[in-house]
Amino acid sequence: MKRYSAFAIAKEALGYHVGWERAWGNPEPKPEYEVVIVGAGGHGLATAYYLAKNHGITNVVVLEKGWLGGGNTGRNTTIIRSNYLQDPSAEIFELSRRLYEDLSQKLNFNIMFSPRGVLMLAQTEHELRAWERTAHANRLFGIESEMVTPERIKRIVPIINIEGPRYPVLGGLWQARGGTARHDAVAWGYARAASDLGVDIIQQCEVTGIDRDEHGVTGVRTSRGAIRCKKLCIVVAGHSGVLADMAGFRLPVESVPLQALVSEPIKPCIDCVVMANTVHGYMSQSDKGELVIGGGADGYNAYTQRGSFQHVEETVRALTETFPMISRLRMLRQWGGIVDMTGDRSPIISKTPVPGIFINCGWGTGGFKAIPGSGWAMAGLVAKGEDPVAGPFSLDRFTEGRMIDESVAAAVAH
Amino acid sequence: MLLLTCPHCGVSGDETEFAPGGEAHLKRFGPGSSDGEFETYLFYRRNPKGVHFERWRHAFGCGKWFHAARCTVTMEVFGTYPADVTEPPAELVETIRAKRPEWEGF
Ligand SMILES: Cc1cc2nc3c(=O)[nH]c(=O)nc-3n(C[C@H](O)[C@H](O)[C@H](O)COP(=O)(O)OP(=O)(O)OC[C@H]3O[C@@H](n4cnc5c(N)ncnc54)[C@H](O)[C@@H]3O)c2cc1C
Ligand SMILES: [Zn+2]
Repeated sequence: MKRYSAFAIAKEALGYHVGWERAWGNPEPKPEYEVVIVGAGGHGLATAYYLAKNHGITNVVVLEKGWLGGGNTGRNTTIIRSNYLQDPSAEIFELSRRLYEDLSQKLNFNIMFSPRGVLMLAQTEHELRAWERTAHANRLFGIESEMVTPERIKRIVPIINIEGPRYPVLGGLWQARGGTARHDAVAWGYARAASDLGVDIIQQCEVTGIDRDEHGVTGVRTSRGAIRCKKLCIVVAGHSGVLADMAGFRLPVESVPLQALVSEPIKPCIDCVVMANTVHGYMSQSDKGELVIGGGADGYNAYTQRGSFQHVEETVRALTETFPMISRLRMLRQWGGIVDMTGDRSPIISKTPVPGIFINCGWGTGGFKAIPGSGWAMAGLVAKGEDPVAGPFSLDRFTEGRMIDESVAAAVAH
Repeated sequence: MLLLTCPHCGVSGDETEFAPGGEAHLKRFGPGSSDGEFETYLFYRRNPKGVHFERWRHAFGCGKWFHAARCTVTMEVFGTYPADVTEPPAELVETIRAKRPEWEGF
């Protein structure tokens, strides 16, 4: 792989830019691999990369039914933070956040990580106490995250209305090293680096069946023929239930649409991420100037990648109350992704009832921030059979009542 | 937007008039059941890509609970029926079978 650098750009400029090579390979599927990964979203690609990078396992293929990064990874609002309440969550999200810090250098791909700060507003007494509890938990865990006063909030985000009318801002939880990154670039960067280490990435290849014998998994059937494998990783977010069904087991997961929208581009007006959970809306500004706005999830199962219309109005209503200056903006685009929700709002990184099959799912509304840490932990689990970071997120926590309860910790889990 | 008809009061409205209540016809397991049954009852849901039976409440109407059969891919509502039954009515199952021959059944 030719490295990207300022020097390379200068050199290519002189040569009319004809020397750039493909970012990742486009191989034909082989009949057999050691590890088959289903789903080329961020989590599947990061798993492939760390299998190769950390464990030297390169006989790996990532199968994607559409185009890589076309699922939730390319549809999310890119909020990155690690100030979660429970220790196992703090562990994996902070590992992730740390890996994001120098991921552009590690992958030699500019993922535009922007640690601009994430502010979570407290707009009820209840929320204020919940965030204080989280701030204490974070301090004990060694995660940088602090409570800020309404006055400080007004200084951080001058366009905010802290006086109400319905819900005055009472305080906030602030993580200065949280932020955003370019979502497509995260998928592309991992794909390019994994491909460079020898991993095959095959797009337009849908897994339609899973083969197993009495010892465990033996392979998959795809729209481009059968592929044998020793180990199989299911990393398909909203379609986890469909794949589990093919393999013959069930999951404690439900699939629901979650939406986002962007406004027309305007001059810079907000240089951090603000989440207003009580009124339910969150917002940041992209480098292009668009306000990136996240909305609510539907209350019922669906696979439509669209979402219900009223959520757009609810979200925009909430945000115009919080940021009155945006009330005249026009919205440019709206879209949806299918998120995989677990009962305790924590992910599943686990072995499954079928030997050789591993699952990584349940990231729900908040898994973009976790891509590096999740791939790291999943690769450890697949390579060695166990991993300290993945451990608590096993499937049997639901049998054992060992919940990692983030659902009470935040109404919105981004 | 999803349109539903309440089988109790006969009113049709869009989804904002109703409140979703999750998967229908769950069998409740309580004291005396096995760990596996209890876990399944609490956390495991069918989550099909296709025909789904679910509970709804006519929250901003007559207030009553009812059931709906809906496709989670096309959002087509095959029918609604009252809450006081443990399985969908036979004629609704037939309607769905006619429209979705590949459906594995209730
Ligand atoms: C609107 C929205 C906003 C969000 N905002 C945030 C946020 O601000 N911060 C945050 O941290 N998280 C956020 N999330 C959540 C985050 O996007 C997801 O948790 C994360 O991207 C999941 O990544 P993934 O790799 O697991 O899944 P995906 O990116 O969805 O990848 C799964 C892939 O599997 C493929 N696939 C499915 N079935 C098959 C099959 N049979 N064969 C082959 N391939 C298959 C799909 O095509 C897809 O490409 C948001 C999500 C949405 C929808
Ligand atoms: Zn009614």
